[in-house]
Formats: sequence, structure tokens, C-alpha cells
Amino acid sequence: MTFVPSARLLRSLLPAFSLTVILIAIFYLQPRAMSYFGLNLLLNLALPIAFATLAQMCVIAVNDLDLGIGAFVGFVACVGATWLNESPVLGVAVLALCILAYAALGALIHLRNLPSIVVTLGMSFFWLGLALLVLPTPGGKAPEWVRAVMTFKAPGMPTTIYASAMVAILVHFALMRSAYGAVVRGVGGNPRSVERAGWSILKAKMSMYALAGFFGVLSGISLIGLTTSADANIALRYTLLSIAGVILGGGEFVGGRISPVGAVLGAMTLTLAASFLSFLRISPDWQIGAQGAILIIVLALRVLINRAGKK
Amino acid sequence: MLNALEPFITVDGVGKNYGAVQALQSVDLKILAGQALGIVGHNGAGKSTLISILAGTQMPSGGELTFAQSGISLPGYKVDQAQAHGIRCVFQELSLCPNLTVAENARILHPAIRGVGWKARARRLISDKLDEVFPGHGINPDDEVGDLSIAKRQMVEIARAFTKVDSPIHLIILDEPTSSLDAIIAQQLLTHLRGFVDQGGACILISHLLEEILQSSDRIVVMRDGGVVDDRAARDFDRGTLVEAMGSVAKEKDEARKAAKARQQESEALVSIRPAQQSDGRRLQAFSGEIVGLAGLSGHGQTDALIDVYQQKRRDTQGPAKTVPMALVPGDRQVDGVFPLWSIGMNIVIGSMRQLTRGGLINPQAEARLCEDWREKIAIRTPDMNNNILSLSGGNQQKALFARALASDAEIILMDDPMRGVDIGTKQEVYEMIREEAGLGRTFLWYTTEMDELEHCDHIYVFRNGAIVADLAGDEVTEQRVLHASFEDGAEGGKPEAKGPEAKEPEAKEGTAS
Repeated sequence: MTFVPSARLLRSLLPAFSLTVILIAIFYLQPRAMSYFGLNLLLNLALPIAFATLAQMCVIAVNDLDLGIGAFVGFVACVGATWLNESPVLGVAVLALCILAYAALGALIHLRNLPSIVVTLGMSFFWLGLALLVLPTPGGKAPEWVRAVMTFKAPGMPTTIYASAMVAILVHFALMRSAYGAVVRGVGGNPRSVERAGWSILKAKMSMYALAGFFGVLSGISLIGLTTSADANIALRYTLLSIAGVILGGGEFVGGRISPVGAVLGAMTLTLAASFLSFLRISPDWQIGAQGAILIIVLALRVLINRAGKK
Repeated sequence: MLNALEPFITVDGVGKNYGAVQALQSVDLKILAGQALGIVGHNGAGKSTLISILAGTQMPSGGELTFAQSGISLPGYKVDQAQAHGIRCVFQELSLCPNLTVAENARILHPAIRGVGWKARARRLISDKLDEVFPGHGINPDDEVGDLSIAKRQMVEIARAFTKVDSPIHLIILDEPTSSLDAIIAQQLLTHLRGFVDQGGACILISHLLEEILQSSDRIVVMRDGGVVDDRAARDFDRGTLVEAMGSVAKEKDEARKAAKARQQESEALVSIRPAQQSDGRRLQAFSGEIVGLAGLSGHGQTDALIDVYQQKRRDTQGPAKTVPMALVPGDRQVDGVFPLWSIGMNIVIGSMRQLTRGGLINPQAEARLCEDWREKIAIRTPDMNNNILSLSGGNQQKALFARALASDAEIILMDDPMRGVDIGTKQEVYEMIREEAGLGRTFLWYTTEMDELEHCDHIYVFRNGAIVADLAGDEVTEQRVLHASFEDGAEGGKPEAKGPEAKEPEAKEGTAS
């Protein structure tokens, strides 16, 4: 029994370990990356992916899966590059509506007892269509303030690192340490038990979906801060990246087992993995497969740790 | 607290139907403060429905609940109202969140634990209560519940029901609380419960262990077919009258229980393994057509031994067991028993796919035939085998799992304490089936924590700390011997009497157990 907590500890250290390994490998291959500028380039795109991963994690926490997050982030990016820039009031109102729509999605899935995969997959086409309506061809312009925030150069380390750390800690406190966070995770673990204790599952699901919508908005806005313009298809691959990030970060598909810090680390690992593979001069055709291999290695490690813990 | 023996809740004509099925019909019941009320009855007698209504998790279809303090509160009576009235419930199936820690689970029950330092308070609350109810429990409040054994999870859940934050507790409802606990821990619980009742609390205890009900309750209500059929002081009942009132015929002890078959030591054992922690040369052996019991306190390595037997097939070690098909009837049906999304029929035939396929495809007629066969043979109470497995009561789900194992071509059936929380009528049916199948040459390895069930075994191995400590054949099997072997020179050395009260009236017991 004395092994159990240490296995859990190892499991929670695994995301940090994978990130470190990838970083060391990159620095070994390309020592020049070990600088402010290098890190900034490497981690540039990590923040939007981290936000999308957190959004996915909120949905996974209540035993659902969001297959529409990529399209949603794309839609937000399109709104950000058009309405938010031209008439900020309208833009903010639309984004607030988006968050409400996500909460409504959670309510719909819970009340009608629908499979979240189907609903969110359907919604992904809805978001994509909306995005094309808002911005039929790639273009638009990110608001100045967004660009200013995203290109801000913090002293010491790239802003992305500060921002990611801050977000990870904030969400960790909100979900892992707060009293209501325990209830929300309980919904993922055993909804009946939570309901019998007198909590509203509907409320829990709606708040988690709203939170997912909120992080989706942050992801889209931070993305256009980096790219300066938008495209409806800009973030489609975020759907799978975000799921991979959550799992890489120590979360599990069912059972309410999540880790916000791990999810952010997982998102960064995935971002770095792409650069790492480029440094290895692996052709882009093989990169997705190689990313999959990295994922499999990390998950295999986790299984090994779990197995050791059981003994 | 209320005055002793005054009604805390009066249940008046409460009924419940699910569609056309009447689960509960017009129940009248008074729950008194300072009294332990035992409820017994078969599966589907309506016990669980009744307590779900009391706990506010299900709405009754009609009738009234009257609370001594606040008058009538139906309709609109829900979980939060039940909690406000000081009602706590431990449900039959474990209902903790496995992904949360023990302390976090305690917090789920108490909305009042919040704000800064909530975790420390939740931790203290639950560990104090665990210390109080189950001294020496060995549970850390920061353990994740999913990592705990099923017995410890049940202890946590019970202790959680007794925790008090702001409002007082007036009524504790325990549905099969001891089903996963061994005798000593069960006794700790019953002692604590008695203390709670003596201080003026009310308690409802549901158990299929009649001795436990007779010993721990002041008053016993017998339910049958959704109604209350008997309601008297506990001392007016004994085992026989209780069983009679429940409606199951107290069968005479089966005279056909053969004198223990002499073991054919010359022939090779079908199963022969040495438990991992065994230091001497004892082996767990089973011969063809035998019912072999694995006894001892719960969690002393019996399940591991069964899994070893099962895996011997895979590991290809010595012994003929490697070629013999086996099936396992699991004890924790929620975790490793039923496929919750499948129908009853699919849950049964999944063990027999090899017999049912033709050219790699499933033969639907053969499948349907097998389903209907077993539905009749094992009397599963359902209108349609295509209904979801979860539409069955717990006992009937367990029957379906038995059917899965027996319908397969397995020659060795491993049973991992499968009768946990199953009513006595169902048990009788299953016992009979086991005897019959053993007569046809099947071999059973049966881990059980219920003394009564050992009576059906030809040979018994008593386990302690992962090793076999006694090896009793047929007529050597007595409750005292098994208890003695289970407790001998352990830390719990002095307490074989923990189950003592049950041991003293074997005649009454045998009447129902065979």
C-alpha cells in the first residue's frame, strides 16, 4: 500500500517529465534555441493550444468530449479579426453569446441525455459555417490591443511561459482545490452519488461547458494576436490536439480524473514536439505519425507506472 | 433529538409505480426515534424503493410523508429536504466518487464545508468519524477512493453518513451495509449504530443476513411484493418465522447432501495451485465435480487465489487446468460483472459466443434460444430479455451473471463471493443450481464470506493473510472450525465470538440454508 501514493505522485510528475525530455532533446539538437528569442519562437503557439486544451479538459471533467472546440476556436478567431476590431461592443457581445451557447449545449446534453460526441460534432459544422459567414476568405485584422498583449516581451522569460503558468495555477485552484471543484469532478466520477447528496448536475455541467466556452474564446483571441489575421479553418486541428493534450497531461477520458497543470504542460509538450520533429528533419508527411508515437510512448509510461503502483 | 419512541416520520399510503409495474403499493409505516427498524424482504419486495423515497431521491406516485417537526411535506419532497430533516442514507451500491479523495467525498455530502480551509475541515471530519466507528481502520483521508478496497470504501461511505456539520442527524438508513465487511468490522458498525439509537436517533437497517437483523433491530418490518406484510417487535421473530413471513418456504435440509465424497487422491486434481503467500506445501486443489469453498475473513487472499487459478490457463504452467475452459462469476458486479449498456440477453450469451457462432457470425436463433432457456432455468424476473440489464434488481442481475457462467462450456466455475446482497429466495435457487451442475460433473471454486454457504461445499480451504490455514473436508466443516481457523493467532485473536450469536442455533439456520 505504501506504493500507491508514490505511483500517484509519479503519474502527476509524468507530464513535467515529458516536457523536460523534449526540451532537453531540442536544446541538444539546436543549442541556439536555448535563448529568450529561441524559446519565444518555440513556444509561440503554445498559449492558444493551452487554452483549447483547458477548454477540452473542462468538458472531459464531466465525462463528455468536445469534438467542436477546434471549429469553435476558428469561429472566435474570425469574430475577433472582424467584429471585435471594427465594433468592439458587438464583438464582445457575440463572444459572450458564444459562452452562453456553450452553457446551453451542456444543458441540452444533460437534459436530453444525448451523447456529447454527437452533439459537439454537429456543432463543429455549425461553428465552421458561421465562421465562413463572418469571414468567407482568410483575412481580417486582429485588434491592436490583442496584438500588443500577445507580442508583449516580458523580462527574463517569454510571456507565454508566465501566462501559461498563471493560467495553470488559477485553474488548478478553481478545479482541484476549491470546494465546488470537488463537486464538479465528482460529477465526472459518480454523478448519481453527487445528485443524491443534493447537488444539481445540470448546474455543474452548464458551468463546466460555459468555462469551456470561455477558454475557447481565450484560445481564439490569443491565436489571432499571434497570426494577426484569421481564417475559418485556422484551428480545426485543435480538436484533436486538445484531446491529446489533456490525456498527455494525465487526464482520463472518463471518471473525472483531470489535471489542469498537466493539461497545460501537455499542450506545451505537443507544441514542442512539432518543432522537435522539424529539428530532426523529419518530413512533414511523417510528423503527425511521429507525434502519435510520442503520445503512445508517454501513455505507455503511464500504464507502466500504474501497473507498478498496483503491485 | 426527539423524544424516544415518538414517530419521527409517518409514512401514509405511499406508493410508487414505474409504468405498469407497481414497485410499492400503499405502504403505511411509522419510523420512531430511538428505535432500530429492520426491514427484510425478497428482491423486488420494494425495500430499496421505500428508502429511496424516504431519502428523497425518488418521487412517490402517491401518499404522504409526515414529519414530526414540520408537518406534511409531499409533494416537492427532495433530497435537500430529506437532508434538512436529518435523514442520511447509505445505498446498497457503493456511491462514492472514485476519482476523489476520502475527504473530498465527505465534502460532497456537506454543502456547508466551503471557503478557506475546507479541505482540512473535511479531512478532520471524516477521519474523526472513521476513528469513532471503525477504530483501527487504516484509511487516510487523502487516499483516492478508487484506490481503496471495496470493504474500505464501504467503511468510508458509512462513516460519511454519520458525519455531522450543521444540522443534526435524526435518521440513518443503511441498505445492506455489511455486505462487503467482515464479521469484526460489521460488529463495530452495529455497535456504533446501537449507540446512535440509544441516544434517540432513528435507524433503518436492511440486510439479507437475518441474524444481523434479529440481533440489531428493535422492530422488524417484513415486506413482500411492494407492501408491508408484518410489523412486530424483533423479539417476537426468530429466523424461521421471519423467513416464513417473507414468503420463501423454509425447506428441509436437503438430505441429499452427500456425506463428503472421498477424494480420489489417485486421480489427478483438476486444479492445483499454491497461493503466493503460502510458505508450506499446501495447495488449493479441486477435483472434477467438486464444490470447493474458499473461506475466511473477507480480503484474505481468496480472490487472488481464484484469479491465479484462472490465469493458470494463460500462463500454461503445469496441471491439466490449462486446457479446461473456465468461467468466473464476479462479486463486484458493478465493476467487473455486468455490461451496463447491454440487454439482459446479451449479458448472458457473451460467455458462450463460441457455441453460438457459425462461420464466424453469430447465429441469432441459437442466441435467442439460449436466452430463453436460461431465463426459464434461472427464473429471471423480466418481461423481456431484451431489456437493459440495469432494469433488473441487484439479485436478478447476479442471477444473469450466474447464467452467463453456467450457459458457457466452462467446466470450472470460479465464484468470487457472488451472493453479496442477494435475497434468500434467490440464493436458494442458485444453491440448488450449483448442486445440480456439480452433480453433472462441473467443478466449482466458491469464495464466500457467508457461513451458511459453506454448508454446500464438499471441501473447504480457510484463508488467512493470503495463505491456506485450514483444509476441511465435508463432515469436518463446522462454523466453529472455520471461525477458529480464520482468527487463530491473528491480531484479532480473541474474537472468534464476533459471530458467536449466530453459531448457537444451528437448527434454525440449517432450515433455510440448504
